[in-house]
Amino acid sequence: MKFDTPAGPNPIDRGRVIGIPHDRIDGAAKVTGSAPYAYERHDAAPNAAYGWMVGSAIAKGRIAAMDLRAAEAAPGVLGIVTHANAGKLGKGSMNTAPLLGGPQVDHYEQAVALVIADTFENARDAAKLVRIDYAAADGRFDLAADQARGVNPGKDADTAAGDFDGGFAKAAVKIDQRYTTPDHSHAMMEPHATTAAWNGDKLTLWTSNQMIAWGVGEVAKTLGIPKDNVRLVSPYIGGGFGSKLFVRADAILAALGAKQVGRPVKVAIARHQIPNNTTHRPATIQRIRIGANKDGVIDAIGHEVWSGDLPGGGPETAAQQTRLLYRGPNRMTAHRLVTLDLPEGNAMRAPGEAVGLLALEIAMDELAEACNVDPVELRIRNDVQYDPEAGPQRPFSSRKLVECLRTGADHFGWAKRDPKPGQVRDGRWMVGMGVAAAFRNNLVQKSGARIGVDAKGRIIVETDMTDIGTGSYTIVAQTAAEMLGVTLEQVTVRLGDSRFPVSAGSGGQWGANSATAGVYAAAMALRAKLAEQAGYPADQALFEDGLVKLANKSQTLASLAGRDGLWAEDSMDYGDLDKRYAQATFGAHFCEVGVDIDTAEVRVRRMGGAFAAGRILNPKSARSQVIGAMTMGVGAALMEALDVDTRFGFFVNHDMAEYMVPVHADIPQQDVLFIDELDDKSSPMKAKGVGELGICGAGAAVANAIYNATGLRLRDYPLTIDKLLKAQAA
Amino acid sequence: MRPFTYERATDVAAAARAAGSVQGARFIAGGTNLLDLMKLQIETPTHLIDVNHLGLDRIERTDDGGLRIGALVRNTDLAADKAVRRDYAVLSRALLAGASGQLRNKATTGGNLLQRTRCPYFYDTRMPCNKRKAGSGCGAMQGMSRSLAILGVSDACIAQHPSDMAVAMRLLDAQVDTMSADGVARAIPIADFHLLPGDTPHKETALKAGEIITSVTLPKPIGGTHVYRKVRDRASYAFALVSVAAVFDKDGSARFAFGGIGAKPWRTPTADAAAKQGAKAVAEAALSGARTTHHNDFKKLLVERTLTSLYRQREARA
Repeated sequence: MKFDTPAGPNPIDRGRVIGIPHDRIDGAAKVTGSAPYAYERHDAAPNAAYGWMVGSAIAKGRIAAMDLRAAEAAPGVLGIVTHANAGKLGKGSMNTAPLLGGPQVDHYEQAVALVIADTFENARDAAKLVRIDYAAADGRFDLAADQARGVNPGKDADTAAGDFDGGFAKAAVKIDQRYTTPDHSHAMMEPHATTAAWNGDKLTLWTSNQMIAWGVGEVAKTLGIPKDNVRLVSPYIGGGFGSKLFVRADAILAALGAKQVGRPVKVAIARHQIPNNTTHRPATIQRIRIGANKDGVIDAIGHEVWSGDLPGGGPETAAQQTRLLYRGPNRMTAHRLVTLDLPEGNAMRAPGEAVGLLALEIAMDELAEACNVDPVELRIRNDVQYDPEAGPQRPFSSRKLVECLRTGADHFGWAKRDPKPGQVRDGRWMVGMGVAAAFRNNLVQKSGARIGVDAKGRIIVETDMTDIGTGSYTIVAQTAAEMLGVTLEQVTVRLGDSRFPVSAGSGGQWGANSATAGVYAAAMALRAKLAEQAGYPADQALFEDGLVKLANKSQTLASLAGRDGLWAEDSMDYGDLDKRYAQATFGAHFCEVGVDIDTAEVRVRRMGGAFAAGRILNPKSARSQVIGAMTMGVGAALMEALDVDTRFGFFVNHDMAEYMVPVHADIPQQDVLFIDELDDKSSPMKAKGVGELGICGAGAAVANAIYNATGLRLRDYPLTIDKLLKAQAA
Repeated sequence: MRPFTYERATDVAAAARAAGSVQGARFIAGGTNLLDLMKLQIETPTHLIDVNHLGLDRIERTDDGGLRIGALVRNTDLAADKAVRRDYAVLSRALLAGASGQLRNKATTGGNLLQRTRCPYFYDTRMPCNKRKAGSGCGAMQGMSRSLAILGVSDACIAQHPSDMAVAMRLLDAQVDTMSADGVARAIPIADFHLLPGDTPHKETALKAGEIITSVTLPKPIGGTHVYRKVRDRASYAFALVSVAAVFDKDGSARFAFGGIGAKPWRTPTADAAAKQGAKAVAEAALSGARTTHHNDFKKLLVERTLTSLYRQREARA
């Protein structure tokens, strides 16, 4: 099915199952431990041996020699995979450094061996006996020191409209500031893990991966085998946040290990290995210039971003939102990429916007103050209903930023805010409020599904869509139930298997809208088959209460399905509506913080937000997505940072004791409002993404609240006690 | 984790004897720190002596009105104990500021005194660390040292002592009761229990091989207002950047002990002597001899501010 004209009325609009808050249908399996994760596939591979990854002890250089004798002689050891015996490996197109290193080493903790043993403990113990002599080479690990070496990374790195330099030069009010964000680790709950088994030349990987079809292609390419010989199974995923968009070392090493020892092998990357072995969100340096008139109306806006990555890697596209969020005829954005030898940078929840808005939304707060305009009003004044780089001929498909700001401000009690910093005290706390806009692109991706009715009238949906904790199972079931007129309980959903039709997968907040649109397409095909079977015209048949109805006639789904059941498969493909219309999701974050008058400890006292993201398919799981993302925003604002040791070239705080993420005590009441919106240009679901919107801007609202509380303007995240004390002393 | 043998000890003397006779033996109680370190092979005991069944889990009055806390009393139970809450509130508050509920349920009084530093270079076995491997150098001193110690440090080591409980124990002048492998009992003042790193940062306590902690004894209650203030990067479940344990008397005199800043739980008589002069003077006295890095020099100011906060709250209550 092709979606190339705006959606008209359709069966989803009935809203009997879609749009209603539902508990997640996989919840019971998860809380009872009966939903198997990748490392727990005793059912599928009961005799799996255990692999333990050995990571490089240097950041750059070569392996001069490896001595495996002691490890091989250790109790229970079945085999050791290294570059010397793995055979020639290809490199996937989505990972920057080889997933099995050696003899060249590209980054600290890059996998250089897998030790396989009969037990987990034996494998881990023997891994310590692998002796490796390295010839270390000098590397580059310091983004700030090497900022000047940044190059234009190509495709879409820079944009411009009007005359930025001229507009900025003559602006009445100017903001020109530098902001920095550190490297972030995804810190999802489930580590990267895979159980691998070969049957002849057929490989099955029970793994934890957000993008099944990408993964199949990458595994095939890396191992040099046909795609048809690779099966990926990933029904349950304990969080990903982008770290599992791509195949990582666990999958490749498990496959190589299973081949070597002739039995299934499972590998989990240990928690302390994850930050340096896998991907992370790269640090950024950002320069933002805004020129406005004295009322705060923007005339020129410029956003430049520097980030680093391994050779062949890509930039953190943190200027993305600045191209679309605010008005202004004179504009420029630029991304510069610095080659570094730190571990691989890549996507983490809302790549681009998450850190871009941390900077841009402080800059807007600074502009508001410089113009003496309320920060909410400033953003409203600079709203624009079309892509400001392309002009009015490219309007937004839907854009309710102003509604989000107004409604959010009302609910939060924004009017009580004193615009002058440092005025409000509550005991030992200085209290302040901050606001920030939320913005995240809406991406649509082709997505397919297969849907059937069995002899009992039960609906079954199969798609390789993944559920990374987001609630995909439930919204897929809701879509099928709505389309075929049954209850949620009558739907079985099977996800995350490469034997199922290729879906959009989970990433870039495109999953919910795209994958359910794929189910919509398949369901339309099934409706046609059922109507035909019933002898009713497809466009007049009604699907409700488990029946197919025409006027006063009806037949049950079960009877129409017959003994063998009835199946249909289709996918939703997209035309150029996302070219003709800018598509994005919007919101407004509000935050109240307290800052201790003596110690500068920051406590978030309340958060609120209003969000417009098209049709909200399941308000319960959508709210969970938003409050989880707001929590990550608090982390980015106040504590999250991978500390780079620029001598050894690695992230020092590589475990969950030292890499801080918020705990329950850090997170107060979070109020989430969804603004009514249907986006008919996004998909037949009239939905948009919502999984990443909540992180976008959340941290800046915290930073702006700190400023309002204290008068301290910090521009280097995270805003920790030491920085606040220093700013205070300055 | 290296393979190890295991025995469950049934009486204290036998446990100490066994520990003294087996090279590489370690006691295990709650295991909340030791097991993690074993998984990373930072600790590689050959033999574990499980002391959980030694019956050292009672809290009882001593003849002179103090409190004897069995080495195996869990942090949760100690924090909740009526006598501790009434007479040694600073200890209860320090315990509850540490770790998480789950960890406090397992962690013991003796084990808490023996927990090892959180220096990240200590934790990564590929990095130099004089504490983990004598003579290998210090990764932290020129590296990322934001969380590390500024008092009692040496050229060999700037690791911080991570405990909250031990800071309160130090404030209360606790003594650590032990039995050595040859069956001799002794009492070590807590001031002498933890060693400064000097040239031998791998030697962390006064315990001799095989010597086991049997209890911690607190002197009789000292009255006053007990406070424990811990400043950290998040609201809970994080080690201290700076913590201050204090007992204020009505006349304005006070005693102070500090966490997060010392190579061991930190206390100086000069700081106590400065109590009546206020937070700034106390901080100045406590920080005498402080040696900071670019990353952790903020701790000096933070000590002063934390003290200021305590004084301010005290005034507000007065």
